[in-house]
Amino acid sequence: MGKKGIILIMAALLALAIMPGCGEEKKAEPVVEAPKAAPVAKAEPAAPQMIKIGGIFSITGGASYLGDPEKKSMEMAVSEINAAGGIEGGMVEAVIYDDEGDPSKAVLHAKRLIERDNVVAIVGPSLTPTSMAIIPDVERAQIPLISCAAGNGIVIPVKPFVFKTAQSDIHAVESIYIYMQEKGIKSVGLLCVDDGFGQSGHEQLVKQAANFEISVIADESFSASDTDMTAQLTKIRAQRPDAVICWGVGPSPAVVARNAKQLQLPMPLFMSHGVASKKFIELAGEAAEDILFPTGKILVTGLLSDEDPQKAVLQNYTEKYQARFNEPVSGFGGYAWDAMELLARALPGTGGDKAKLRDNLENLSNVVAVSGTFNFSDEDHNGLGADAFIMVRIKNGAWELAQ
Amino acid sequence: MPEFYQYLFSGLTNGAIYAIIALGFSMLFAATDLINFAQGEFVMIGALILVTLWPVMGLPLPLAFVLAVLATGILGIVFERLAIRTVKKPDPIVLVIITVGAGIFLRGVAMIIWGKTAKGAPPFSKMPPLEIGGAYLLAQSVWILCIVLVTVLAMHFFYSRTLTGKAMSACAINKRAASLLGIATQKMTLLAFAVSAALGGMAGVIIAPITMNEYEMGAILGLKGFCAAMLGGLGNSWGAVVGGFALGIAEAMAVGYVSSSMKDAVAFLLLLLILYVRPTGILGGKAIARF
Amino acid sequence: MRAFNKYATNRQQGLAPGNMKPILRNILVYGIFIGAVAAYGLLEKSTYYLQLATFVGLNTLLAVGLNMLMGYAGQISLGHAAFYGLGAYVSGMLTVHLGWSPWITLPCALFAAGAVAYIVGLPTLRLTGYYLAMGTLGFGMIVNILFREFRKFTGGPSGLPGLPELTIGSINLSHGANALFLVWGCVIVAFFICERIVNSRMGRALRAIHYSERAAAAVGVNTASAKLAIFVFAAVLAALAGFLYAHMITFISPSTFNFLASVKLVAMVVIGGMASIWGSLLGASLLTLLPDFLHIFAEYEMIVYGLILMLVMIFFPEGLFRNLVKLYERAKNR
Repeated sequence: MGKKGIILIMAALLALAIMPGCGEEKKAEPVVEAPKAAPVAKAEPAAPQMIKIGGIFSITGGASYLGDPEKKSMEMAVSEINAAGGIEGGMVEAVIYDDEGDPSKAVLHAKRLIERDNVVAIVGPSLTPTSMAIIPDVERAQIPLISCAAGNGIVIPVKPFVFKTAQSDIHAVESIYIYMQEKGIKSVGLLCVDDGFGQSGHEQLVKQAANFEISVIADESFSASDTDMTAQLTKIRAQRPDAVICWGVGPSPAVVARNAKQLQLPMPLFMSHGVASKKFIELAGEAAEDILFPTGKILVTGLLSDEDPQKAVLQNYTEKYQARFNEPVSGFGGYAWDAMELLARALPGTGGDKAKLRDNLENLSNVVAVSGTFNFSDEDHNGLGADAFIMVRIKNGAWELAQ
Repeated sequence: MPEFYQYLFSGLTNGAIYAIIALGFSMLFAATDLINFAQGEFVMIGALILVTLWPVMGLPLPLAFVLAVLATGILGIVFERLAIRTVKKPDPIVLVIITVGAGIFLRGVAMIIWGKTAKGAPPFSKMPPLEIGGAYLLAQSVWILCIVLVTVLAMHFFYSRTLTGKAMSACAINKRAASLLGIATQKMTLLAFAVSAALGGMAGVIIAPITMNEYEMGAILGLKGFCAAMLGGLGNSWGAVVGGFALGIAEAMAVGYVSSSMKDAVAFLLLLLILYVRPTGILGGKAIARF
Repeated sequence: MRAFNKYATNRQQGLAPGNMKPILRNILVYGIFIGAVAAYGLLEKSTYYLQLATFVGLNTLLAVGLNMLMGYAGQISLGHAAFYGLGAYVSGMLTVHLGWSPWITLPCALFAAGAVAYIVGLPTLRLTGYYLAMGTLGFGMIVNILFREFRKFTGGPSGLPGLPELTIGSINLSHGANALFLVWGCVIVAFFICERIVNSRMGRALRAIHYSERAAAAVGVNTASAKLAIFVFAAVLAALAGFLYAHMITFISPSTFNFLASVKLVAMVVIGGMASIWGSLLGASLLTLLPDFLHIFAEYEMIVYGLILMLVMIFFPEGLFRNLVKLYERAKNR
């Protein structure tokens, strides 16, 4: 085979890579969920009531387990809203970009959404650093941002145009500690992932411990990319705490669960709401048994009493998501779904005025949604209470309420 | 004391994985003077192929094992023919960037084929962990250690007892001289790529049960393997093994006796110190060509 | 004499036409360059494109420094993003925690990066080839871990928010065209300094080191101090870029300065062309703008990006800039 042949093969490879890309171009980013007839980029004057909403998620990269369901949920929410006749007759259009977890990319996308795509509000980003990076831009442009990231720093202190739907670590930690206090647990060992999620959780775990008369006697960390956490667990076990709390998200807590089982860790293992997905049980297998964690109610929809106001909302979301994407729901997609729900309620009557939209968002109360019941105020731009969480235990590959 | 043993076991398990990845780096470097920054991606692909063939498709484990290793080996050959031999001017730095590009390419392909979600695999055998001195050694760790040991011995046998192995050593020592003696150096390069990729694939296969397998897992493993190869002495096969275990144990001990948040810092600090004190690694590597 | 010849042909085949005097030619080239930047800054109204162009400028600043180290002195660094991060974090921590003005922290940041480069460079630059690559890589990793773990000062993995913007009086230099002018102003000055260095005694010493360190030492070049000097210079340029980035985005987090960022910088240098100052501009522009174009490929973006990286290196191993110049020459001679 000569050089020409090789060149031909490389060219063919490139063509192969490009062709499906082109085929998908309409579906590809910016993802546009608009009525079929409307041209994508050039919204012609014929459709003046088109309401554009921006989305920035970590759709690829290390945090794709967050960004991917968020993007899907946002698309789903948009088609739902449009199917129901849009907002005051205007069709909603989502323009979604992938920041790959990179703050610089998030900033570029935010600028692009604000002025080229002319969106009225932005949903996302998925991570704390990417959210923090774009806050100065949205504040300057005075565009409402509804972040899907966990970090408390996003809404504390309150910034006028920044909201967030992801439950706060404050309440997740509170739920765990309340449960521990009931069970008479006095000392804990911490094992937190060394990223923004773990950092934010760690701060709260340490800060709130004293309020519940719990002492932190071991404090370790791990990287999301580690293949083995037995060393950390061994070190914690040597301190003999009453319980171990592992604060992580994505696949790595499943490794911790397995390692804990292998070491036959004698004390109960608690985790964060970051493991609230079917995927976790699938990955950790038998090792997931008896692990306790706080979660939004989405995992235990079936177990909720019919009086629970969230039950209907959760069932609706779960059924639609599973039917549309043929994959199990996680709590993560709910963050974007809720953001759209909030926008759908706040948008009417604004006529695209962003300041009015912001005011409407801030005045929303008693919005029953997937992540909890939102009650915003000028002091609280997360709007969720401790009741957004319940403690569950994994039993026989499913969740049960831990009371 | 049980803590010490536990750290040691953890270090040995991780060390064995680093060792086999490092071996892939090292033998390729010995034969071709090239560092393949896509090595971690071969690990990832090996792991994902095993997950597909064994738990998902239900093939018997030994068959899935062999197929996964063979497949990555073939991928190594394809990689060499398409992306390495075609280079007009094979400067080391140019080749490095090509392998970086290949790594990104393979990650992208894996994302399309296997999706973004992580996949787990059960351990090779369902035995309970062994208890030694109050510490637990996993059955899978024993598997990993045995497989790595067998591989290292096989490589040793290959280099010292077979004609092809000796020819490859000759290429590593002096390519031009080897070529003058009638050794098909191009074939040796191809073989080195195949074996090195297969070693990466094997590393992926044996760690598939202990970690979570997804398209991004290769990058950091490749980096650690590179680090181990350097630590032991680049181009020196025994050095790769020593470096791998040294790195794994150092990391585990750093968690146990220093701080888990500084684990990687300790590992890299150790690497820097060894590089400063003994720039060619613990066992001494092949003389390094300049960029 | 490979490196030397490469350089010589580069000089002969510069951008400007014919046999113009070097000084005139330089004035012309810089004039066009400054004019292009000014025109873009004044005419472009979209802050998105201005921001993109500003990122291109930052990456050019990083790439040109690294190119001095890699292309001219022949010393590879896989930890260059650490200096980028040092510039950002030193200034970020001083402004946020102590409330200093960025204009006071700028020299601090540059000095800190230079000092670290000096201390680290002393033992590290004794290494060669892949061992040097590994040494710099290890250094970069350690710095990134420090950014993540000294949470009290650095804000940890979540990042450090609330950095002040750059202002002179009432003029804000952190947004839009002003940021563009500031960053590209730095780029132009850096280019000018780099060209001076390349054409000086120092530049000749560096190229001698690239070709053969032993031969250079034998003819009286103090190779250790020459390498160290250029390492410190590259680090200070990177720190300047980090400072500008930090006060432009007003938020920094460790992931911006990780190993991947270092590798991307090396790719910029090599794709643009080693030992080619203008090549750095081309490489940085290409790799910064590429992801923006690749968005249409969505899921296939990574595949296409990897392929492009490979194809460029397979067919243009000397870097795009030099090959473009060759094409131009060929066209002219026809």
